[in-house]
Amino acid sequence: METLVNLSYIAAAILFVFGIKMLGHADTARKGNQISSIGMALAIIVTLLFQGLDYKLVFGGIAVGSVIGFVAAKRVQMTGMPELVALFNGFGGLASLLVGWAEYQRASATISNGVLGKIADAVNADLATVNTFTAGVIVLAILIGGITFTGSLYAWGKLSGKLGGRALTFGGQKAFNALLALGIIAAGVIFTLAPTAELAYPMLIVVIVLALLLGIFAVMPIGGGDMPVVISLLNSCSGLAACAAGFVIANNVLIVAGCLVGASGLILTIIMCKAMNRTLVNVLFSGFGATAQASGSASTGEMKPVSVEDAYYILEAAKNVIVIPGYGMAVAQAQHAVKELGEVLEANDCEVRFAIHPVAGRMPGHMNVLLAEADVPYEQLVEMDDVNPTIEMVDVAIVIGANDVVNPAAADDPASPIYGMPIINAHKAKTTFCLKRGKGAGFSGLENALFTAENTRMIYGDAKATVTGLVAQFKDS
Amino acid sequence: MELILLLFIFVLSGFLGFELIAKVPSQLHTPLMSGSNAISGITVVGAILAVNTSSDNLSVWLGFAAIVLATVNVVGGYMVTDRMLGMFKKKK
Repeated sequence: METLVNLSYIAAAILFVFGIKMLGHADTARKGNQISSIGMALAIIVTLLFQGLDYKLVFGGIAVGSVIGFVAAKRVQMTGMPELVALFNGFGGLASLLVGWAEYQRASATISNGVLGKIADAVNADLATVNTFTAGVIVLAILIGGITFTGSLYAWGKLSGKLGGRALTFGGQKAFNALLALGIIAAGVIFTLAPTAELAYPMLIVVIVLALLLGIFAVMPIGGGDMPVVISLLNSCSGLAACAAGFVIANNVLIVAGCLVGASGLILTIIMCKAMNRTLVNVLFSGFGATAQASGSASTGEMKPVSVEDAYYILEAAKNVIVIPGYGMAVAQAQHAVKELGEVLEANDCEVRFAIHPVAGRMPGHMNVLLAEADVPYEQLVEMDDVNPTIEMVDVAIVIGANDVVNPAAADDPASPIYGMPIINAHKAKTTFCLKRGKGAGFSGLENALFTAENTRMIYGDAKATVTGLVAQFKDS
Repeated sequence: MELILLLFIFVLSGFLGFELIAKVPSQLHTPLMSGSNAISGITVVGAILAVNTSSDNLSVWLGFAAIVLATVNVVGGYMVTDRMLGMFKKKK
């Protein structure tokens, strides 16, 4: 029986590997996801073969979880995707924390009952005497799982606007976080060295509480614009938490699957950091965007507004247009209107492309998902590096709710905090329209020289209303 | 010995993960993230094993809570990824 279970776990691991591989190619992505879900189903089903499970609770738990997951996945709007991913992520982290805790609770209850070694543990009978290694990985599972849980919840709060998107800092924040970390290490070490001592259980509770606190305080000083990095990193952590839980119960499939997720999340994190030309350390600890920036040259010149009608005349004559979307497009839910604008422009014999910056929006690939929802074919989506070399040939660049990713200060102002970040060179297009709600600065609080550039025209107002207005102009003519 | 074996598996899976995902086009970043997020719900296997009739009450209920949470992660994650990928279309 145990051989059958382990062979099935190997099969599940293979399905995960193929699933992830296929997820990486546009043509096979959907199938890849299905294959990995089959692997998951297989792993769960064979786990049910273990003796002595309390089936009422097992099936009850699976049923409740499935209903919640099903409803959430069906009801979520595509603009709410970053929040939902953060929330799911947090649940996974908490689950790993609980697995680690339950495993210790089981072992310690057995020890205190004096039936040492008699527990019917199908996985690893050695657990009755919690050894140092097991104790260490229990701490890791709880620590990583706890940080993932509250960190993701806090990120969810920020993304959904419940906690405000800005970075929050207070005096001594770094010292406070360092203290939390030290407390975790101290309690963790005491627990690990003597996991059967009387002091061990209280120490474990300390680790749980401090890890939960650290998750909150670690995400607090990170601003909305840096969310793609945070989300990817938390994703990686939820995988590593599962991996640590796998070490706790000595289960291969948890280790393999958790580690795959950990690696993929880490790669995404690195890609996101590179796209902002910042290090992970800088993103996590700088409190970027907490205060209005004093450094960096204040932009000179006026913003030149233009009416929707005048914008229409310019667009009507354009032969080559790129659209640069940002988080503002998601907020305004303008993706369907934008897709319509693309269609009327194409009907007007104009080439339309959507230029997408890697960190536009609040999670990796956020803009791609929104535009896909609006039925924009993905051949029309181009990456930053493909559009920049030919941007001088573009007649009109339409910036919709993007700010930092088109800020020329990143290219030419060494005093700017975002200096060195690769941007889409919208300022080099022949004409640039910036759709913006008002005159305020963006999430990072930076002035944007693009808005006052010679060839830039501002179109104020709700992005969706503006784009719909442009489409109406095309249709009336 | 088992510890070494587990670490061995861990290290190899890590390298495998990096190799698999190193060159994913940016338009697939979100589905990749939510799809791999669903995989991290594999911890449900550990949760199921914790709900054992021979265990004490507290660990059974901890395990039960973990099953619910991990299942939300698994079912929700896979479904939402599928929904997203269903929208990625080529030009007709």
